[in-house]
Amino acid sequence: MSESKLIADSSEWTFPMIERYNEVIGQIAVNEFGLDVYPNQIEIITAEQMMDAYSSVGMPLGYKHWSYGKQFVLTEKNYRRGQMGLAYEIVINSDPCIAYLMEENTAMMQALVIAHAAYGHNSFFKGNYLFRTWTSADAIIDYLLFARNYVAECEERHGEEAVELFLDSCHALMNYGVDRYKHPSPLSLSEEKQRQREREDYLQSQINDLWRTVPIKPLEAAAEEAQRYPAEPQENLLYFIEKSAPLLEPWQRELVRIVRKIAQYFYPQRQTQVMNEGWATFIHYTLMNRLYDEGYVNDGFMIEFLQSHTSVVHQLPFDHPYYSGINPYALGFAMMSDIQRICREPTTEDRHWFPDIAGQDWIKTLDFAMRNFKDESFIAQFLSPKLMRDFKLFAVLDDDLQDELEVTAIHDDPGYRRLRLALADQYNLGSREPNIQVWNVAHRKDRSLTLRHTRYHRRPLHSESTQEVLKHLHRLWGFTVRMEAVDEDGKVELMGECPAGK
Amino acid sequence: MATFIDRRLDGKNKSSVNRQRFIRRFKGQIKKAVAEAMNGRSITDIDNGEKVNIPARDLSEPVFGHGPGGRREAIHPGNREFTTGDRMARPQGGAGGGAGGGQASNTGEGEDDFVFELSREEFLELFFEDLELPNLVRTQLAKATEFKSVRAGFTSAGNPANIDVVRSLRGALARRMAMAAPYSRRLREAEEELQRLLDELPIDEIRAQTLVAEIEHLRARVRAVPFIDTFDLRYVNRVQQPQPTTQAVMFCIMDVSGSMDRARKDLAKRFFTLLYLFLQRNYEKIEVVFIRHHTVAKEVDEQEFFYSRETGGTVVSSALELTADVMRERYPVSSWNLYVAQASDGDNWHHDSPACRDLLLQRIMPYVRYYAYIEITPDRHQSLWEAYEEVKAQHPHFAMRQIDGPADIYPVFRDLFKRRVS
Repeated sequence: MSESKLIADSSEWTFPMIERYNEVIGQIAVNEFGLDVYPNQIEIITAEQMMDAYSSVGMPLGYKHWSYGKQFVLTEKNYRRGQMGLAYEIVINSDPCIAYLMEENTAMMQALVIAHAAYGHNSFFKGNYLFRTWTSADAIIDYLLFARNYVAECEERHGEEAVELFLDSCHALMNYGVDRYKHPSPLSLSEEKQRQREREDYLQSQINDLWRTVPIKPLEAAAEEAQRYPAEPQENLLYFIEKSAPLLEPWQRELVRIVRKIAQYFYPQRQTQVMNEGWATFIHYTLMNRLYDEGYVNDGFMIEFLQSHTSVVHQLPFDHPYYSGINPYALGFAMMSDIQRICREPTTEDRHWFPDIAGQDWIKTLDFAMRNFKDESFIAQFLSPKLMRDFKLFAVLDDDLQDELEVTAIHDDPGYRRLRLALADQYNLGSREPNIQVWNVAHRKDRSLTLRHTRYHRRPLHSESTQEVLKHLHRLWGFTVRMEAVDEDGKVELMGECPAGK
Repeated sequence: MATFIDRRLDGKNKSSVNRQRFIRRFKGQIKKAVAEAMNGRSITDIDNGEKVNIPARDLSEPVFGHGPGGRREAIHPGNREFTTGDRMARPQGGAGGGAGGGQASNTGEGEDDFVFELSREEFLELFFEDLELPNLVRTQLAKATEFKSVRAGFTSAGNPANIDVVRSLRGALARRMAMAAPYSRRLREAEEELQRLLDELPIDEIRAQTLVAEIEHLRARVRAVPFIDTFDLRYVNRVQQPQPTTQAVMFCIMDVSGSMDRARKDLAKRFFTLLYLFLQRNYEKIEVVFIRHHTVAKEVDEQEFFYSRETGGTVVSSALELTADVMRERYPVSSWNLYVAQASDGDNWHHDSPACRDLLLQRIMPYVRYYAYIEITPDRHQSLWEAYEEVKAQHPHFAMRQIDGPADIYPVFRDLFKRRVS
């Protein structure tokens, strides 16, 4: 009976074969595990095309910029020298969900990649709350196309170099182009185009108003002097520049907006590395095992799969020469599997730590976990003592006030909570990236812009790169820009200025 | 549920524009790297791509990030011996213990060089750039093997311009003969029989009538064989043959007396390289002979040619004499194209210059295809220049030039390239 179900026993793939795999995998994924996915568009590409896709940081069509060329050159070099294998797959958060498979993959790899990308990542993109709020999968391709054409048009009108330099500056601030707390408005090509003109005109008029130089009565002036602009600190630097930078041309504002929108599109991916990969890995692992149970694949397939799977989820210990931090695939996969375990066979410890999920339906629990968390909260919520023991986690405190490093917690009873919090914090973008906000514009004086870096655990800014970014910011703002640092006692210190003052 | 699309046949060079932009942006650094690469590689090794190093910090894209310092707690896996409260010295450089590695990567800026490979075209483009080669020459040099179409027999199909008339008519003649042959034979027999009938008396009227009719008929048949048929047409056949099919030898002569410093030698190297490139385009096999001289000349390998230092006076004729000897012994004009490139700072022992002129006129110029001489000096010319001017007056394929920058090199070869281009 199982004989008849076997899909293939060759390692060379064919189109009918991968279509059949996709069909079977899709059935199991949707019917048994209730995955909710975008329709899939699976594209077979060559290694060269994969390098192209790589260098445009996963955007299927990006505007032209030298930094992508640099990325390409780098990828190509590493690949040609054999220092790096290409990823087997790239998947794009869009509707339909585009997954690229490389033609060099074996039949097993194609099936694995379909399960991983076309069902794992796909359902994550569709389900996770961050992706739902921040990105609109149905509009991204159109928007990228719009951006690409707009940039090309600008290059034609204003010169490639001007556009490229301007984009450099925007890229430098890309990580500060998102509203962390406000909900963004969804992207839509038609609206974008329609509104773009109006926006240009409107913005320009607004800005002129802001910078009006017509003298006003001294009394009012004094009153306004006290009033800061912006009234509240702004965390979205690019947005602030787009709306308030005095000297930008309309097209430049539009470019700022494009970079900002793309930053926003990638923002969820940066916050859900562990979850996204963990989820996709867990899904492919589960689906592949189901295929095997059902007799769709044979032992050889399974052995090849397990070999590849285990190398993906392998975690090197900290003292290994190739150790480079915690492997998000390993951690994510282990946590997802662990939640399944807690649901199915909870121990006393699990019941104590996770009373809500111990013994529950694992499919529902995992679905809930996948939908409603990001890395930080996911770890804070679900990292179990058993996993900390399995990974043998320990926390090292590096404090520049102390001469030595201190091990502050290990995988034992008193250490669990501290470990878990510290690990969650490690994935918190808010603490990973410096907290920098627009503080003030001296709009009645020299129009200088002041940013404030609120220090977290006394961590300073990297001084060299800060100077460089300030130069970029100065290009966007047009007048003096300043960086101040506020330490935990509220003491303010000037960190840098461009053009260098004094 | 899923759409499968085979994209493998789509273009694969989506990133080439971005790559070009990258190269343009870092042209300054890349050019420096190319110049350095030129010093490092041999003249004959010009025709490959090149690995280029750019210091990573030059092309970093800065972002706000944390610097070292402050208080941070990092989580690491694989604990074996630590317990809470253990203290240890801060690892130097970070890599060793791994502790701190995780966080550092957020801010770490790799200072490794950014290495990548230029393609052959990109490399030559940059190499040519300050030589100020005209575009035509540039493309001519950068192009890979060129094919020349050569005649190779005849074919029965082709375009009308290639019809070979003689061949076609010869074919037609043969065909006419062949096709008419049965009739001609019968005709001949019929005529002979008729003759016989007419000679005999009494004449067999009836038979004669029949024969005359047959003869008429046969003549008509023979005439009906077409004079020329499409079948007869023969066309000249042409095949593409790789063009460089001959061999050349290039003599590099350089003055290595003390006054030739590094910079001058670099210039000379570019000069030799350019000639080499040109020759490579035109000849399948090229040998390079390096001859250096001060007061005595010596044939050396490339390494020694460019990098060993000598001091002493200068007797140019020694080198010319050696060149002439080598030519005569090893490179007979019948099977070699000879090219000579000479670089010098113009210094020569005063009484030696007329000897140089005579040597050139008698023993070298009659045999070489081209002789290029550059004088790398900002000073006034000395006797050697004057002697060479006399040579130039007599031989159009003698080129000389005083240069002080790479841009001056090309004009020396101008005639050489011009002749080939046309």
